[in-house]
Amino acid sequence: MKFITIDKKDWAKGIDKSRKTYQLFGPVKDKNGCKIKALDADVVPDMDYHESVMSAKSVLFPQTETILTTSLNEAVDDHHIMKRAENTYTPRAVLGIRPYDAKAILLVKMNFDTDDYRDPYWCDAYEATTLVGLGITKPGPFDFSTSVDCGPFCEEGLDILLADLDDKFLAKVLTPKGEAYAVACGFETTADDKESQALFDILRKEAEKNISASIETDKLSEKVLLDLHEAPFWDDVAFSCINCGTCTYVCPTCWCFDIQDEAKQKESSRFRNWDTCMSPLFTRHATGHNPRGVKVQRVRQRFMHKLKYFLDKYDQGIMCVGCGRCVKSCPVNIDIRKVAHTMNTFEKKD
Amino acid sequence: MENPYMPYPVRIDDIQIATEDKSLKTFTFVFLNEGDEEKFAYHAGQFAELSIPGVGEIPIGIASSPVEKGFVKFTVFRTGVVTSHLHNMKIGDIMGIRGPLGNWYPWDKLENKNVVIIGGGFAFTTLRSSIVYMLDPANRPKFKNIDVVYGARSPGMLLYREELFEWEKRDDINMHITVDGTDDPDWKYHTGFVPQVVEQNAPKADDDTYAIICGPPIMIKFTQPSLTQLGYKPHQIIMSLENRMKCGIGMCGRCNIGKELVCKDGPVFTLDEINQTPKEY
Repeated sequence: MKFITIDKKDWAKGIDKSRKTYQLFGPVKDKNGCKIKALDADVVPDMDYHESVMSAKSVLFPQTETILTTSLNEAVDDHHIMKRAENTYTPRAVLGIRPYDAKAILLVKMNFDTDDYRDPYWCDAYEATTLVGLGITKPGPFDFSTSVDCGPFCEEGLDILLADLDDKFLAKVLTPKGEAYAVACGFETTADDKESQALFDILRKEAEKNISASIETDKLSEKVLLDLHEAPFWDDVAFSCINCGTCTYVCPTCWCFDIQDEAKQKESSRFRNWDTCMSPLFTRHATGHNPRGVKVQRVRQRFMHKLKYFLDKYDQGIMCVGCGRCVKSCPVNIDIRKVAHTMNTFEKKD
Repeated sequence: MENPYMPYPVRIDDIQIATEDKSLKTFTFVFLNEGDEEKFAYHAGQFAELSIPGVGEIPIGIASSPVEKGFVKFTVFRTGVVTSHLHNMKIGDIMGIRGPLGNWYPWDKLENKNVVIIGGGFAFTTLRSSIVYMLDPANRPKFKNIDVVYGARSPGMLLYREELFEWEKRDDINMHITVDGTDDPDWKYHTGFVPQVVEQNAPKADDDTYAIICGPPIMIKFTQPSLTQLGYKPHQIIMSLENRMKCGIGMCGRCNIGKELVCKDGPVFTLDEINQTPKEY
């Protein structure tokens, strides 16, 4: 681990240098707000952004991704025999990713990289990716990351953490991947370890002080899963929900997906798309039977998955990094913090 | 680790109409590539994704048995886009199979035990796989009494009829075949619903007896009280669940019942386990 100082005047030049070997992603503002997306050759990431509407999960888990292809033309050799789609996994770097989005990638990894199966699309992308984080000096009002073992300067999942010091970035290089990226940029002005760490600590404490929102989860693990599932409050929680699915799409930890086939002329492809547990189709059997056919069942599924199933299954905290996007984006003001409080304080009546 | 989304290429080797209403067909597949059959080594009770390029995939229980070599067999009910397409395919057509997926009936635990198999309608596929497995001369000594209660709406709707009547003649398995009703005056088996046939014919439970149930939800719902009355405890009742699935490997997120994923942690659960999960199946 080491510290590097990057003068902001050298920033654009440095990352330009890295474009020879890295595909770059970063925050870009457009008319719909700020998004983390692939940067065209002449685009510099907007490192002054506050928050992005969507998380950075799409860098590893695109909204739609071809996974297999084959020809349906019987005159072709190997027709109807599926092959892995030719996606490229050359090195890529995400610049300015927020610490909560990087931590979310570690949570999503638990789903895609298991002892039994390895999702090659997600994992290959993950291995190719370097995450250059940007500490949050001015947390937004929806940020409750400090109460879920994350925070504005959390290093988990990151390869480099940058602190914005007005005219320069102070970079804490955390992994060999991060070191390789710094070399690719030609960033090599080392800074004093002790002083730099002290500076990071001050910035972190200042930023953490500005976070007033929090989520209450301390008693969730001791609750009985079925008691929470059968609790009487779900109708109230779900009452205003319109099942739009926005919360699932903006969430950096939501990983559910659908698999679909498509054929054009004689070429077929199988691809996966983001899916949402808010949709009745998500669980509907071919017979028409639907185990989560009613809205309240779907709303309950989302919160139970994030705040109880995940917790019980992995014992690694809840499936939430406190970015607050779902709270901010929900058109009917459903708030995961309120739901967590309701669950956390629930006592079953005998 | 191999790509878990990649199906093994197979050729349709045989197609048989399985029921008199033609809504079910049994497909026999052979693997195109040498070595794939060994990689597909499975246990009775597992399922696979039948994969038709350009159309989609469907999770279907494996009807052939691990002791049958050279092919795999699936009996498929025509109900959605992929199954309808499959029903129109021909012998010789190329498609894919992805698996084997999920867990299986607990064969280790069932050794030296009495096994009661209860099936209804077209949910008899993995039960057929299980019966053929247990009756294999190498395996039969591992189990004590085997009872089978299998019911369908009418004689023509029973799956694997020829095998059923063959098993009926054997003395190392007790078959209790039933139909809801029939106008065949020569019908020599039971008439009546599965729960009542279970109540009247299945052995009473003791510590060494386990029941495996597979069938439509309504049959399972009404069979449970019959088994309870016969003394079966929740850990002695083994069930196979179905839920909508896509990936089959525990990643896409839709088939969960609580924190358990039916595709990966199941599809086989004991009633004891199911009683601790939300009833979202």
